[in-house]
Amino acid sequence: MAKTVNVFIDGHHLEVPETMTIIEAADKIGIYIPRLCYHPDLPPTGNCGVCVVEIAGNPTPKRACCTPVAEGMKIVTNSKKLRSYRKTVVEMILSNHDVTCPTCPANNKCELQSLANNLGVDSEALPNILVKTPADESSLSIIRDTNKCIGCGRCITVCNEVQTVYALTFAERGIDTHIDTAFSQGMANSPCVNCGQCTVYCPTGALHERSELDAVWEAILDPEKHVIVQEAPSIRVSLGEEFGMPLGSVTPKKMYAALRKIGFDSVMDTNFTADLTIMEEGTECVTKLKAGEKRPLITSCSPGWIKFMETYYPDLADCVSTAKSPMSMFGVLSKTYYAQEKGIDPAKIVSVAIMPCTAKKFEARRPELSDSGFQDTDYVLTTREFIRMIKEAGIDFANIPDEEPDEGMSFYTGAGTIFGATGGVMEAAIRSAYYLVTGTDLQNVDITAVRGLEGVKEASVDVPGFGKVNVAVAHGLSNARKVLDRVREGLATKGESPWHFIEIMACPGGCVGGGGQPYGNDIASRARRGLALYEEDRNLPVRMSHHNPEVLKVYEKFLGEPNSKLALKLLHTHYFKRSVFNGQVTAEITHKHG
Amino acid sequence: MIKEICQKYAPRKDNLIQILHEIQDQDPQHYISPEAVDTVAEYLDIPVNHIYGVLTFYTMYSTKPRGKNIIRLCESPPCYIKGSDNMLRKLKVLLGINIGETTKDGLFTLEFTSCLGVCGNAPVMMINDDVYGDLTEEKVEEIIERIRGRR
Repeated sequence: MAKTVNVFIDGHHLEVPETMTIIEAADKIGIYIPRLCYHPDLPPTGNCGVCVVEIAGNPTPKRACCTPVAEGMKIVTNSKKLRSYRKTVVEMILSNHDVTCPTCPANNKCELQSLANNLGVDSEALPNILVKTPADESSLSIIRDTNKCIGCGRCITVCNEVQTVYALTFAERGIDTHIDTAFSQGMANSPCVNCGQCTVYCPTGALHERSELDAVWEAILDPEKHVIVQEAPSIRVSLGEEFGMPLGSVTPKKMYAALRKIGFDSVMDTNFTADLTIMEEGTECVTKLKAGEKRPLITSCSPGWIKFMETYYPDLADCVSTAKSPMSMFGVLSKTYYAQEKGIDPAKIVSVAIMPCTAKKFEARRPELSDSGFQDTDYVLTTREFIRMIKEAGIDFANIPDEEPDEGMSFYTGAGTIFGATGGVMEAAIRSAYYLVTGTDLQNVDITAVRGLEGVKEASVDVPGFGKVNVAVAHGLSNARKVLDRVREGLATKGESPWHFIEIMACPGGCVGGGGQPYGNDIASRARRGLALYEEDRNLPVRMSHHNPEVLKVYEKFLGEPNSKLALKLLHTHYFKRSVFNGQVTAEITHKHG
Repeated sequence: MIKEICQKYAPRKDNLIQILHEIQDQDPQHYISPEAVDTVAEYLDIPVNHIYGVLTFYTMYSTKPRGKNIIRLCESPPCYIKGSDNMLRKLKVLLGINIGETTKDGLFTLEFTSCLGVCGNAPVMMINDDVYGDLTEEKVEEIIERIRGRR
């Protein structure tokens, strides 16, 4: 137990651990100190100077985010002097900011906008001295509009410390200080893995997804096109919060209804291919286990993780499942199986994916993901873009009557839906791998050891006829490094990995915390959305992927069996080695099956 | 070449500044290229973006090719009071370039520097490792012409 100290904030006495900062102590008793660069999920940097407080005995105000509490400290959070300081700071920031709020992607969600409003700042108190520079539009996933950047550095913290991707940095110094990629080469020519956590933590509209909304509307409104849509597991637990429903509301049927009303020709579900992924990846895993493989199998659903692996851990590429992500499996089936079943020319099919993810936009454009002769996925919309679409269509989401999806590629099990939370793919895979090895179903399908937000989770599962299967789950790429470094070490020293099967998700919390999720995507809301997915899983009639009737049907009518020749051709992929310097492909490191 | 420079130093992060200096000093264009940074990053196991942050933080480093002779005119107040802005105007006319630019013949790059510590001889400028003080417009012209003649 850490030592505690007595402090007085605005006259309120409280006893807190001595390791706490003033802002944390104030938050604890509901005293909100205005802030801008501080975010409770990230280590403080003290860059902006908005959170200043007066401390008795100190001649000048101190920044509450990075000043620790001390015994007997008397703190004042609101005074004439502090109000004036804070206003001046915000006025100076606005004087060097591209103030175009009504058309900004972050409008109404912008922390600078609401702070300026709360503090009663005059936006024209100082003349605007911004010298406009072009936005970095090099990336397929993320746009960085430097004119909206306030230099708070949250993107740098999350990119370097939470994700250890090392794409963004502070460049130059003093008044010239700005955020940049190395040699100003742009996000596309950096090690950026497109995870989009920078867009989540950016307090303004400086970092946001590359929008594909106009192209999707155009396809929908084109009578020649047949537009089919899929939605990732986490979408159904992330929409309600934007429309006045409680955080973590489970709304798949409102989601289907909204999509149909928007005008999609066919409303299906990514959860269906999540179940299919389990059949392909689970079979791959069981084959490896039976062969006594010393190298682990690592999941392949998260496109941020895949590019990270290609950049920083190419030596482990052969350990990564060759199974495409559920999104890309859906994409390729929409232009083969679905096109055949419906008798539609695949050239007329536009396959749209709604994802909690910015990296999926990059994945969709990977040239190798085109095994049907057409690109697997045509457009990817983030949850934020989809919310804008619902609003543009004037849909009252909270009150729209429930509807069912279209049939064929939409039925899903509880195993499919938990893909959206960290540990979910592992849990789903164990449920089916157990069956694939033993021929019987697990009695208790709740594998709680792999749930929750601990950075690295480990479990050991007894599989009769095989023995102990050791698994690990990591979410957030700095946690992934911890697991991968131990795999490397195990392979180098003992010739085997400490785990048989590993799940890695690029984003902290898994897809519920994805870079495309609604603004205000902090750790607490990720946890709540994750619980919502487990709640949905508990309430679904089928909870194991191998019992999904539509999945069984697609094997019976089209693919044959898991890992069949056709399945390997359409549903599996291969990987490349990338330069740490600029993220570009330098070599093909694994090869396509067959 | 870059690798050889790196290997003179232990692969410790605190050697970064020294390595970068040596790379820049031996480069005929007095700069540190992206390729050099890539090599140093691998040798010291420091991310490329962190090295770029260091490179752009310190004004003595350049990430762009520079001329054979680097002119650094002092921009501190004592030199300004003694007329450094006239020297700047003269240099711009003589060389046909602005601050931060390099002449087409690759002979000169014009930069500012902070105080050189010889305010008694203000206004001053540095060309490569030599300091020139008590500058007048005539003296500036003479110095430039002398260097041009040396080529």
